[in-house]
Amino acid sequence: MTPESGFRLRHKHLLGIEPLDAEEIRLILDTAESFLEISTRPIKKVPTLRGRTIVNLFMEPSTRTRSSFEIAQKRLSADSLNLSSSTSSVTKGESLIDTAKNLEAMAPDMIILRHPAAGAAHLLSRVCHSSIVNAGDGAHEHPTQALLDAFTMRQKKGRIQGLEVAIVGDLLHSRVLRSNLFLLRKLGAKVRVSGPPTLVPPGLDRLGVAVTTRIEEALEGVDVVMMLRVQKERMVHGAFPSLREYFNLYGLTQARMKLARHDAIVMHPGPMNRGVEIAAEVADGATSVILDQVTNGVAVRMAVLYLLSGGAVGELAA
Amino acid sequence: MNWLLKGGRVVDPAGKLDAVRDVLVKDGKIARVGVGIPADNAKLLDVSGKVVAPGFIDMHVHLREPGREDEETMESGSAAAAAGGFASIAVMPNTDPWNDSQSITEYIVSQARARATVNVFPIGCISKQGKGEELAEIGDMVKSGIVAVSDDGHPVSSSHLMRMALEYTRIFDLPVIDHCEERSLSHGGVMHEGYHSTVLGLRGVPSASEEIMVARDLILAELTGGRIHIAHLSSRRSLDRVREAKAKGIRASCEVAPHHFVLTDAAVAESGYDTNTKMNPPLREEEDRLALLSGIADGTVDAIASDHAPHNPIEKEMEFDQAPFGILGLETSVPLALDRLFHAGRVDLSRLVSLYTSGPARILNLKRGTLAVGAVADITVLDLDRQTEVSVGAFRSKCRNAPYEGWKLKGAPILTLVGGRIVFDGRT
Repeated sequence: MTPESGFRLRHKHLLGIEPLDAEEIRLILDTAESFLEISTRPIKKVPTLRGRTIVNLFMEPSTRTRSSFEIAQKRLSADSLNLSSSTSSVTKGESLIDTAKNLEAMAPDMIILRHPAAGAAHLLSRVCHSSIVNAGDGAHEHPTQALLDAFTMRQKKGRIQGLEVAIVGDLLHSRVLRSNLFLLRKLGAKVRVSGPPTLVPPGLDRLGVAVTTRIEEALEGVDVVMMLRVQKERMVHGAFPSLREYFNLYGLTQARMKLARHDAIVMHPGPMNRGVEIAAEVADGATSVILDQVTNGVAVRMAVLYLLSGGAVGELAA
Repeated sequence: MNWLLKGGRVVDPAGKLDAVRDVLVKDGKIARVGVGIPADNAKLLDVSGKVVAPGFIDMHVHLREPGREDEETMESGSAAAAAGGFASIAVMPNTDPWNDSQSITEYIVSQARARATVNVFPIGCISKQGKGEELAEIGDMVKSGIVAVSDDGHPVSSSHLMRMALEYTRIFDLPVIDHCEERSLSHGGVMHEGYHSTVLGLRGVPSASEEIMVARDLILAELTGGRIHIAHLSSRRSLDRVREAKAKGIRASCEVAPHHFVLTDAAVAESGYDTNTKMNPPLREEEDRLALLSGIADGTVDAIASDHAPHNPIEKEMEFDQAPFGILGLETSVPLALDRLFHAGRVDLSRLVSLYTSGPARILNLKRGTLAVGAVADITVLDLDRQTEVSVGAFRSKCRNAPYEGWKLKGAPILTLVGGRIVFDGRT
């Protein structure tokens, strides 16, 4: 099942998980394995992407994703440039396309884009020559998050195929959900999702997942529990009456974790709302792999940057 | 100039005619329809093998004048209409300023007379500035030539105001055209709510947002005896409501836009978030599209109207969330209908022609859409076999927001006459 030596990504951009096939996903995960060790060295730097220029264009707040990409770039010796909406000419009314074209005129090799509008990365991929990496576009996709989630599952469970995974929370607005659904289905995991019906988008059944409004049903016997963030703004829009009631109905507590397999792991893409979607003792408990996800994120993003720069399996310097 | 259109298949649903006939045009009027008419001093137009129909009417057009002349003008909009086979267009009042008073109506009428090559029939506002609060001076605007009222683009949210409009317009036997949208349901939505909005992560507009307002309007039409016309009807359940209402004798009519019977919400996904697939109401699901095709065939649908909505490329080339709603339609409506309705075997030619002529003429009380002797010589000639490939760059419209680039279509308008004048000649 492991890709053969010399296998490369068939895509110039990483716009989402949906366009990738299982072989490409495994290629990224396998490549990330070899990058994981670099972060444990005293000198955490390899020359792999020396001379490459990467722009991090973050039009939405981000802690984990942005620092993870930046660290990945530094460890690969790429030159990076960081722009956010507040420090760019977007505040002067410049359009996304014009912003990107102007950055392109300075010949970067890659643009990492985080944007509040779904499809923003597609838009750039149509007008830019450099590789576009989608670092989260609205409620659409967040492919590197799903890749690091899969990497973490594989690391903890030894496989993805056949795993039972429950994803719980605000399904409607979650790009993490969508990328994970595509990825987990492609790699043969079984997925159940749960959340209040007011936060469940239509058509999830067509994506091959079981939908339940009862969290208990979703957790029964699963190997992996992935909690999604619930934003307070959703309450204002009437999706649920209070954060307290939300926690009572859908919060991941130690009692509810007992419904999962005894060796089940708990994941969360962050940022977490303790006491809203997850109890603090579960987030910090022995089954939580939330910080491992963050650690693995760097290796996964190194792999993505490397592969999109034209790298292939078996070419990596030891 | 007098013309003799010789040897064409004359399809005039208003006169229940579908036969090979000559049509003599004299002094801007239809002078004779018959066999073997001598040319005399009329100039001969050989249209043998072609279809001669009453001048087509597009009853839902955004001409953007006054206010957004960068997007469309009398000249560009009427050139697009003429090339699309339309002799007449009815233009929506959501200009800047809104057409909510006699002076604006007169401005549009006088500008059209001076600069447009096709007939331009203004539609006035229901409410002052389209704000949905109080009735506009409809009587004044009627005097200056409006053919309907609508707050198109701003759905009338107050049921009371809609009731008042349906009652008040009875004085003038004027139709009230409603853009049916319950905004508290559609708020923030940018495409149809369904499987594809879920996968694309875009905020959805449920069909119910349209259906609720269609149901409300039909109930109010029954209450008031007023005439309701549902603009750009897009969903199966909306159509069912209109069908029921018509069966009950409620004075209701509806139009369907070509994009809703040729495309579905899958086009948003397949095009990779192309903002040319963003319009309001949005592209719906296949079951809706098939229902619209049935409604077009069985007579529930009264008219095909394009909802031609030009948008400046600068505003359209944006993130999907931020781009304005709207799609061009004047230059593709008839070829799409000929290809996807007529050649696909969904409707016969007479039915298709009625959707563009007698249907909209009846709704708007226009003395057009017929080739009866004495009628104004508005004529559309179709070549059913003409193969065309859509080239958005060649549109006469000032804008380019259409998702049909490269579509190969069979059947096209080749000649448009307005009041006996040739305003478009695409015969070669």
